[in-house]
Amino acid sequence: MTAAVILLVLIVALGLWLAATYNGLVRLRNQVRNAWSQIDVQLKRRHDLIPNLVETAKGYMKHERETFEEITRARSAAAQAAGVAERGKAESMLSGALGRFFLVVENYPDLKANQNFLALQEELTSTENKVGFARQFYNDQVLKFNTRLQSFPVNFVAGPFGFKAAEFFELEAPAEREAPKVQF
Amino acid sequence: MWEIIQANKRKSVALVVLLAVVLMGLGYTAGYFWGGDGAGIIGVLAAMVIWTVMMLAAVGGGERVLLATAGAREVKREDAPQLYNIVEEMKIASGLPRMPRIFIIDSRTPNAFAVGLKPERAAVAVTTGLLARLTRDELQGVIGHELGHINNRDTLFMTLAGVTVGAVIILADLFLRGLWFSSGRRRSSRNDGQLALVMMILAIVLAILAPLMAQILYFACSRRREYLADACSAQYTRFPQGLASALAKIAGQSEAPKEVNRVLAPMYIVNPLAAAGSGRSLFSTHPPVEERIRVLQAMGSDVSLAGYQAAFAKVQAGEVAAGVGRLRGLKEEGAEQAEDTRRWREARDILHRADGYRAVKCGCGLTIRIPPGFDQETIVCPRCGRTVKVGG
Repeated sequence: MTAAVILLVLIVALGLWLAATYNGLVRLRNQVRNAWSQIDVQLKRRHDLIPNLVETAKGYMKHERETFEEITRARSAAAQAAGVAERGKAESMLSGALGRFFLVVENYPDLKANQNFLALQEELTSTENKVGFARQFYNDQVLKFNTRLQSFPVNFVAGPFGFKAAEFFELEAPAEREAPKVQF
Repeated sequence: MWEIIQANKRKSVALVVLLAVVLMGLGYTAGYFWGGDGAGIIGVLAAMVIWTVMMLAAVGGGERVLLATAGAREVKREDAPQLYNIVEEMKIASGLPRMPRIFIIDSRTPNAFAVGLKPERAAVAVTTGLLARLTRDELQGVIGHELGHINNRDTLFMTLAGVTVGAVIILADLFLRGLWFSSGRRRSSRNDGQLALVMMILAIVLAILAPLMAQILYFACSRRREYLADACSAQYTRFPQGLASALAKIAGQSEAPKEVNRVLAPMYIVNPLAAAGSGRSLFSTHPPVEERIRVLQAMGSDVSLAGYQAAFAKVQAGEVAAGVGRLRGLKEEGAEQAEDTRRWREARDILHRADGYRAVKCGCGLTIRIPPGFDQETIVCPRCGRTVKVGG
């Protein structure tokens, strides 16, 4: 009789623990997804700004066709990239291309005085920053989620529940990370 | 540092409880004094009523009142794109659930503050002087600091503690005034004169000391929170030097703005009432700016909260020499007069847009600002004398 009661208590406790664990994991996973969508919004915004930028700058920079082509190419590659890792790589390329573009702009004082261009530059710089900050926030959430997923004893039930470790979003190398910091 | 945030929370709760005890004690003494033995409890009730009314006022319309007393106007994204972008960047970095509202205050003194009891209802306010003097990176550091306050619930705590301190001050004031007018009449009606006299002296001492004690406690907590908000800013921006040089610039201003009152002071990034270079005292709402700058500069590449804590320990141990003089020198170095003028003009433009002014260009190149209530169809250009159509 007592054995049956103990067994029953154990089963109920296990069930409660499973439910709590499952819900906790779902909450963390949703946070990761939410953080990712923030990155996504900013990356899309960057893609939307680029055609405008190219249009505005073209009139002033007649001899920089290669730079423009590089940006356009990088943009379409980034737009087509799928998966977190690949996306990170493509977006890094785009950041690099934009960084080089803004270096070249230094040689065109007329363009630098253009109000429209200045506004676009501010938007783009800010979007770069936002991508950086959103990435930082996303990676924090991924770290939290993965740590929970891999700790004992959650690691035994996470697999059967169908949870998989989330991927970090990496942009390349320290030099790349400094590129968005454009001084005014 | 996470532990520090937790410890801070516990201390804050203890502080608010302590302040409440002071308030109740004062209420009891006052009640006892006026009504005799049974009336102490009435005094406590009166104290609670005062507190509740003030709290309701602070929670209900507190933000609007605060912003209104500071003369703040809300700006939209199209009024100030860069400011909006910077706030949005920091919102993302800090993980705030919603975009805070942005306000601008017409004042030459550079400063900023945050209000909002919940992260969902947050607002940040900056002065035109701040916009005009700081670079983008510096402004980012300041906004990071303000959003750090909101994320640490400092605004909530400061309101709670501030209201209680305010209630203590009001009650003590009422009691002392009442005593002045009624003491003679009341004392003559009693025969245990000696005891009453001792009690009265005790009560007066309490009434004088309670507000002081309450304020000292309040300010001590406020100072600790400033360090924590600095640490958060460094973590969000990953660039502690930005905030460090912003603090140096803000502290370099000696003029105190007229429109700041004592209640608002702890909410600003740098205490607007303190003269530049004033050191530590029991009544400072903020830690010395020099020390805050030194900690930020000592941070190096580890911009996490742990990094800030390590730098803080180093500065406390006296291992870091003062670097403020160097920094102040750095800011003059550029002598970017034209840049400065441009930023001042931009800050004024933001203010005008927020106020609903329209800009009309004259043929001679002058931009004329039309105030929102202007009902004429044309205006005479003050520079070249031509008549310009206002339109729209």
